[in-house]
Parts: sequence; structure tokens; C-alpha cells
Amino acid sequence: MHIIVVGLNHKTAPVELREKLYFPSENIEEPLKRVTSLPQISEALILSTCNRVEIVAVTRDIREGTEEIRNFLSSYHGIPMSQLDSCLYSYDSCDAIKHIFQVASGLDSMVVGEPQILGQLKDAYSLANKYKTSNAILHRFLHRAFSVAKKVRTETKIATSAVSISYAAVELAKKIFDTLKDKVVMLIGAGEMSELAARHLLNHGVKEILIANRTHSRAIKLADVLGGRPVVFEDITLFLDQADIVISSTGSANYIIRSDDVVRVLKIRKHKPMFFIDIAVPRDIDPRINDISNVYLYDIDDLEGVVGTNIKMREEEAKKAERIIEKEIGQFNKWLGTLSAVPTVVSLRERFEEIRKKEVEKTISSLNGSSEVDVKVLDALTTSIINKILHYPVTQLKTLDNTREGNYFVDAVRKLFDLEEK
Amino acid sequence: MNTLFFKIVLVFYLAGTLSYLLYLFKQRPRISKAATIILTSGFVFHTISLILRYLEAGYTPITNLYEAPSFLAWAIVGVYLFIQFKYRVTSLGSFISPVASILTLVSSAFSKEIVPLSPVLRSFWLPIHVILAFLGDAIFALAFCAGVMYLMQEHQIKSKKIGSFYHRLPSLKLLDDINHYSLTIGFLLLTMAMVTGSIWARHAWGAFWSWDAKQVWSLLTWVFYAALLHGRINIGWRGRVAAIFAILGFFAVMFSFLGVNTLLSGLHTYDR
Repeated sequence: MHIIVVGLNHKTAPVELREKLYFPSENIEEPLKRVTSLPQISEALILSTCNRVEIVAVTRDIREGTEEIRNFLSSYHGIPMSQLDSCLYSYDSCDAIKHIFQVASGLDSMVVGEPQILGQLKDAYSLANKYKTSNAILHRFLHRAFSVAKKVRTETKIATSAVSISYAAVELAKKIFDTLKDKVVMLIGAGEMSELAARHLLNHGVKEILIANRTHSRAIKLADVLGGRPVVFEDITLFLDQADIVISSTGSANYIIRSDDVVRVLKIRKHKPMFFIDIAVPRDIDPRINDISNVYLYDIDDLEGVVGTNIKMREEEAKKAERIIEKEIGQFNKWLGTLSAVPTVVSLRERFEEIRKKEVEKTISSLNGSSEVDVKVLDALTTSIINKILHYPVTQLKTLDNTREGNYFVDAVRKLFDLEEK
Repeated sequence: MNTLFFKIVLVFYLAGTLSYLLYLFKQRPRISKAATIILTSGFVFHTISLILRYLEAGYTPITNLYEAPSFLAWAIVGVYLFIQFKYRVTSLGSFISPVASILTLVSSAFSKEIVPLSPVLRSFWLPIHVILAFLGDAIFALAFCAGVMYLMQEHQIKSKKIGSFYHRLPSLKLLDDINHYSLTIGFLLLTMAMVTGSIWARHAWGAFWSWDAKQVWSLLTWVFYAALLHGRINIGWRGRVAAIFAILGFFAVMFSFLGVNTLLSGLHTYDR
């Protein structure tokens, strides 16, 4: 039994192709059932997100199984193989295990370490469960992948730092103010970027949002959407003392907020810290205000710098994550190897032989050397009993091997007789 | 016995400091747990050592240059552990445990012999006055560490060079809050220590105030912290200014604590 992965992702295929291959989760039952009814495939799950479409399957024959799934993808979506071929990748055995562990840990994502993919993989797994296309191997495999992902998350700092401009801004705000619960935000300019940043801040519980825009009607409109309070553009400096966080993004050619405005406002605020985020080009806020004590100013380049450092840090952490994964692959692969009938039969026989020997020895020592019973006879008797008992299960295991239920029985036998690898 | 325990304490504090520093660089939860356990054990042994010393000597062990720094280190670790368990700011430990270790090392450099207490110190005012003063000093040590951390974090944010410390150090607000609270409590304790001290001085030396070196330095420190407190409350000093004040203030504290006894002489010099 082998694990294979066939699919494509944002690195190998353009979005036009990815969306054609997309499997909507509402209608996932049919393709799942079709994959598992392929002659070589015994278990399958379909992971379909906007960045990747992958089929994880268990097969008896790597080459044929892979080919079947590739053809399925092509025929199911009606895309000629010639078009698909260059974008599809396939992995088997250790490489497949490694790939799914990486995907689950977010190492294969566009933004390294992003947590969404783990949830999507969990959803894909539960759908496969729901439609009963997953069995012993995929159960064990996916649970392993989830726990590897968790390990990566707790033992590395892969997902701790912000890798988007607006998140970096929120993170900075938290490093300055600790909590954003009682903070007031002022948006100057009702652009898309500032709206996005404002939404992030709202999610972190800011108390109030003041919105000023040169065209006042737009300020009113955005205030409606965000639940904020519109402020007349000319009155910005009058309201500035209320704001803890100011996000500016107007198209103005001159500075809208000048250094002496801030100095004056800071006195009114009793020097309570202020955080200015200037995402406008040309800039809206006099850069000199960063020199004022308790005032922090970040422009778009500064924020991009922070994001850049964070991405570098994530990539460093990804190396650590790879090491964790490397260790786990070996362990899982070992377990997979035990799942075929032959090693299981061997260890089952060993287990029975062990018990038999122990009991025979006990009996002999309790007989105290009296020669009433021949030791050889005793041995022959017990051995033949064991062989008789094991005969049917062993043939059954061997015939079921390489069928759909085979792994299930092998796994059950290993559990029932405690044959797990220690 | 008490000196044996003291040696154990020293080992634990140094090991604890190393673990806390390691935690600063490798943010593994396991390391912080180990550091906390080591420092807490050190604190327990330290408490035992102090109790043994008290029983062996028959007085509160805070009268000479072996006993005093050790006692202050004990107070600092105690105050810190309380804060760590309450507010979970483990990174503070990386800054405060070196201070405690250094004080314990200073202590170990002086004679551990128990000498009979000079008659003037045989008073119930001794523990009251000195414990108040030491607790105040310990809390100022906290403000000192928070100040150093504030300056580091502020530098990271202001210069926009986000390094690894940015993620490891707590927020500016939290550090400034520590500054604010420890300043208030520390100042209260220092004031009480000075009041009880002068009442005791009235009995022991015959005057509330005698321009003794330690009194003068304590008064200077008190005025310094009073100015900072006033600035915080009335002028809105906070953040950087408050952090710098807390750092300078602690140097004054350390001088009136150790410097006065080793470099200057006065009525507070008992062990020479």
C-alpha cells in the first residue's frame, strides 16, 4: 500500500487553470466516489482551495494509481492532458508524506506559515470521512499531518509575525498600546487601503473610528459601513487630540498633519502615545513627527520593511520546520510498511509462539521433572493448536492484502494483538 | 548551615539567569518553564537560608555587606516572581535575574561570619526600617529593568529596525505601566522607610536627622523619585523620560545602598 499525491498549486499552474480544476465542496461526493472506484485506488481525499487542487490517495501500484488519477482530473474537468501535463505534479511514498506534512504546516503556501490551509485540509479530510472514502491509512496519515502541523506551529515561530501591511500595522499598534480596546482611530482619506487597515483594527476591538475625507459624502458613506463617525476634513486638527491611531491616505500634495500640530495636540493629551500610519504617496504626514517623544510614525516603506523582515524570519523558521517534518516522515513510513500482511503475519506468529513457549515452560516446571508427560508431545500439541487457530486468519489476511479492506484488517490485527512498533 | 544554603542559592540564581537569558534568544516555552522553576527553587532556598541565618544570629540578617545585598536580591526575586505569576511577563526575568545574581555575587565577596550586633542596632525598629527600605529598593529595581526594556523596545519601534527583540519584549504600554506602578509603590515604601528611620534615629542617635551620609543620599534619591512622580502625575511625563529617570534613580538607590557603606563613612556604617 502506497500513498500518492497528484495535483497542482499556485507555483505550477496559473489561476485560469486552477479555477477550472476547482472541486466545490458542496458536490465533492461524486468525484470522491469516482476516484475510489478507480481500479488501483482504495482511499482518497480531495483538497481543493483557490491555491491548490490535490488528490491524496492510497494505491496498490504507484505508477498505475498515479496515471489513473491524472486521467481522472483530465476527464472529469474536460481538460485535455496536453494542457494539464506540465502543471501537474505527483508524489509517492515518502515524498507524498513529506508533501502533505509541508502543506499542513503551511510551508508550501504562498505566504509561508499561513494557518488557513490547515483548516482547509481538515475540512477535506472530514468530507472524505463523511462520504467514507477514507480508511485506516488516510485516517492515520491525516491525523499525523495535523499533529505535525501543530508541532511546527508550537516549536517554531513560523506563524507569529505579520506578513501583510495592514497586519504589520496592527501588530505595531499592539506593541505600542498593548490593547486596542479603548483606542480611537482616525482615518484621513477614505481609500481602500485605509479601510482595510481600519477593519483589522476594528477586529481587534478599537473603541471608535473617526473618518475624514475631502469629499465629505464619502466619509459619511464609509462611516456608515464601518460604524464610525464622520469628521469634516477641515476640522481634522480639532479632533486630532482624540485619536490614538491615525491612518492617512489622501492624494494631497502637501503635508496634512504638521509637526507643530502634533506637538500641540500631545500637550492636550498629556503625552499619551500616538501612532501615525501614513500610507499615502506623496506622504501626508510630516516625517519629523517621529522624533517627538511618544509619537510613532510609519510610512508605507517602513511598513513594507517590517513585512520584509518578518517574511525573512518566517523563511528562517521554515528551515526548522523542515527538520521537524523530516523526523516525522520516517516514523510514519515505518508504520505504513508494517501494514502489508507479510510482516504482520510474522509478528503475529511470533507473539503466539512467545505465549506458547512461556506456558509450556510453566507447565514443565510445575510437573517437577516427573516423566509422566513427554516434553516433546507437549510441544507438538501446543504448536499444532496454534497453527490450527492461526490458519484461517492468516490465509484471510493474505488474500485480503491489497484489497480495499485489507489495511483495515491488518491494522485491526495489529491493534488486537498489540503488535504495534514500539 | 545558612552559608551552605547561600552557596546553593548562588548556583540556582546563576543557573536561573542563564536560562532566562537563553529564553530571550530562543523563545521556547520549555526554557521559560525551566527558568521559572530554577529561579523559584533558588528563592525557596534563599528563604530557608535567611531563616537559618536569623535563627543562628538572633537578628534580622540585614546588617552587614554580606547580609544586605543578599537580602535585597531575595526581595527582588520575590517581587519579580509575584509579578511573573500574576502578569506573565517572562521577558522581564531576563533583565531582573542578572540584577539579583550580581547582588548575590557582591554578597558572596564579603565575610559571612556572624558578628555580635552593635548595641544601637538591637531594636525592633531594625527589621521594620530595613525591610521597608529593601522592599522599596527591590521595586525600584523592577522599574529599572522595565526602563531598560522600554528604551530597547522604543528604539526598535522608532528606528523602524524591527529585530528579534521586537517580538520578545512586551508592549511599551505594559512597560510604562510597570514603571508607573513600581514608582508609586516604591516611593511610598521609601518614604515610610525614611520616616521609620528618623523615628528610630531619634531614639538611637538622639536626633531625627543628623546629616549622615546614608540619610543624605536617601534624601537625594527620595527627591529624585518625587520629581519623577510629580512629572508623571502633573506634567504627563511618561515613556522614554520616565524610563530614563527610573534607570538613573536606581543608580542613586544602588549608591546609597552599597556605595555609601563602602566608600563613605557615617552613622550607618556598622560593620567596620
